[in-house]
Amino acid sequence: MLEQRAASFTRRSIKTQSKADGLRLALSMVDLTTLEGADSPEKVRSLCRKAIRPYEGDLDRPVPSVAAVCVYPNLVPVAKEVLDGTGVHVASVATGFPSGQYPLSVRLRDAAQAVEAGADEIDMVINRGAFLAGRDEEVSDEIKEVRSAVHPAHLKIILETGELGNYDAIRRASDMAIEAAASVGPIRDGEVFIKTSTGKIAPAATMPAVLVMLEAIRDHYFATGVRIGMKPAGGIKKAKAALHQLVMVKETLGDDWLNPKLFRFGASSLTNDLLRQLVRMERKRYMAAHDFSEA
Amino acid sequence: MNDANPTASASTASMWEYAPAPERTPLEIDDRYGLFINGEFRSPNSRRWFESLNPATGEVLSKVANANQQDVDDAVSAARQALPSWSRLSGQERAKYLFRIARRIQERARELSVLETMDGGKPIKESRDIDIPLAARHFFYHAGWADKLQWAFAGATPRPVGVCGQIIPWNFPLLMAAWKIAPALACGNTCVLKPAETTSLTALRLAEIFQEAGLPPGVVNIVTGAGKTGQLLAAHEDIDKLAFTGSTEVGKKIAEVAAVGDRRLTLELGGKSPHIIFADAALDQAVEGVVNGIWFNQGHVCCAGSRLLVEESIQDEMIRRLKHRLGSLRVGDPLDKNTDIGAINNPEQLDKIKGYVEAGQAEGAVLHEVTTQSLPKKGLWFRPCFLTGVQPSHVIARDEIFGPVLAMMTFRTPEEAIKRANNSPYGLAAGVWTDKGARIFEMAKRLQAGVIWCNTYNQFDAASPFGGVKESGFGREGGRHGLRAYVRI
Repeated sequence: MLEQRAASFTRRSIKTQSKADGLRLALSMVDLTTLEGADSPEKVRSLCRKAIRPYEGDLDRPVPSVAAVCVYPNLVPVAKEVLDGTGVHVASVATGFPSGQYPLSVRLRDAAQAVEAGADEIDMVINRGAFLAGRDEEVSDEIKEVRSAVHPAHLKIILETGELGNYDAIRRASDMAIEAAASVGPIRDGEVFIKTSTGKIAPAATMPAVLVMLEAIRDHYFATGVRIGMKPAGGIKKAKAALHQLVMVKETLGDDWLNPKLFRFGASSLTNDLLRQLVRMERKRYMAAHDFSEA
Repeated sequence: MNDANPTASASTASMWEYAPAPERTPLEIDDRYGLFINGEFRSPNSRRWFESLNPATGEVLSKVANANQQDVDDAVSAARQALPSWSRLSGQERAKYLFRIARRIQERARELSVLETMDGGKPIKESRDIDIPLAARHFFYHAGWADKLQWAFAGATPRPVGVCGQIIPWNFPLLMAAWKIAPALACGNTCVLKPAETTSLTALRLAEIFQEAGLPPGVVNIVTGAGKTGQLLAAHEDIDKLAFTGSTEVGKKIAEVAAVGDRRLTLELGGKSPHIIFADAALDQAVEGVVNGIWFNQGHVCCAGSRLLVEESIQDEMIRRLKHRLGSLRVGDPLDKNTDIGAINNPEQLDKIKGYVEAGQAEGAVLHEVTTQSLPKKGLWFRPCFLTGVQPSHVIARDEIFGPVLAMMTFRTPEEAIKRANNSPYGLAAGVWTDKGARIFEMAKRLQAGVIWCNTYNQFDAASPFGGVKESGFGREGGRHGLRAYVRI
């Protein structure tokens, strides 16, 4: 039934104005990401430029900036320098990304340092080793410590759904992450996200996995009135897939979440496909790949 | 730090709405359709025609022949004449026709879906994704049986029953025609089919497909008309088998007039199917099951899960979840690909549904419906809803409403759930939601229903027998069990 429901969102027909609006909305929600060993300051600077102004051409309505640029902690100062004051956030993965297989003290120091270097948002990984071994309290305590350590930066908690094994576990991890973050202190809109994946493991942000997490967010909202954010990451490469996700958010959480404050896409190549579709809608033809700058 | 992303918020719409997405397949509909007798369309002896309307707009789509006694006689005698050669044809040869019909349904699926939606009011996503593919599936499935009948009934030599009279309802017009015709033909019978008055058009397209497939004249005949025509067919002396799908009320009358000679009878009638949700169930999945169970096809479903029995401890939780989910259902133009709930099939049915909801409230039940969306001005519409505070003695808990109306009740123990579920003259389907395996088996054993779905609802397949117990009828359709009604052994 879960998979059936998730598939039903892909059968909504998004055309004309709603497609144009949806593509822009999706673009404004992108966390433009580069997480490679070979990342250089130059590459990060290009990415930041792209984030501020994703498309150089002229369109009837201006193209929005993306939500954030997401990099490794070492490159946070480079990103901060370009993005400061632009409205585009600097996000950084931390806490021993992507595996989380480091001592807690190292992970906490990692996160705190990224914040000191200027990150507005921290994407942490949960300790899947402990979670899968059933040491839930340990996972929960670590999330609490990270949230305290990175405050006032926003926190995105990566569950790495592809490693959790089944939907029940994804739901349990979602609830645990939300509860842990909420126990540290009040959460304003967008201060805490749950996120599917690091992008290093497949499967990543599948529709059913995201739906389970959205349901956890919805139930937390019903119980407390607090809005937790959602970030699917990994595997969303095409504009159409992004629109499917937006449909799912709209019909599961409502219009409040259709906002970069509460919903993000962890992606890189998605950006250019969104632009490609957007330009096609206005110019009635597809542009070549080289008409768009690297993302 | 920057809390807002001004560029983004300035350039994106605060509310993201789905633009209209109407299905635009061009469709030709003739001004009038005759009866399909002996392989050709002909004007009725009655010289009478009636209008077939689009319930979503009130527009007249076409005029359809109203068959009288003479017409029914002609159709039955055409079927009688076609019987010897058709029944002597080898199973392999009959299968070829069925395969051809199935493929032609697939090839014309788009057109059939649009017509089904225009004529009956159901959302295009349902006719496109369920009705039409499943109709094709029934022909494919029974094509497979045609040359294997002796293995379907071990040790017996199955022979055809003869001429079959088949009367079908308006909720799944083409699909019901396929349910009836495909097994009959596979087993070597010939048919006279009577579609429902409000939804004859896709059955008549199916007749065109029979012509395209080269089906020998007289093997399937289609007589259109109102209840009177159905009665004439049911009472016809030269029918060997009668199959009826429709309401229990009409079914009882049919059973009376059909009591002539050596006549086989199967009835697939109404229901008030219980949908039982235990506290340990996966509630979000159960909500989907409930939605699918009662709001599928505007609730015009004989096996609709129209009585929701919820364990008392999760009642509030379920009400909240159902309300939330109800809010995401889109009611309106059935041809829009994003529509979840289409038009009510006919004005009488709409009045009946309205009457029941009023009666329910008068008896003290509380109505919950989606009030945010405005309904189209023209056409027949009813907001999907559910009622709480329902007692088992209330009329809305006992009668088949055949609309998007759910009656919610509670129970405390499995024993009470079973008692409440079985406290109904009907016994078509039942649903059980629990994560406890042992409980599923116990419930399935004790529920009085022809079909029981566990942790799912409204799943259909040609290979799976479907039918009721108690006043929901007798006989099965689909699967090996469904073949039994169409053979003598």
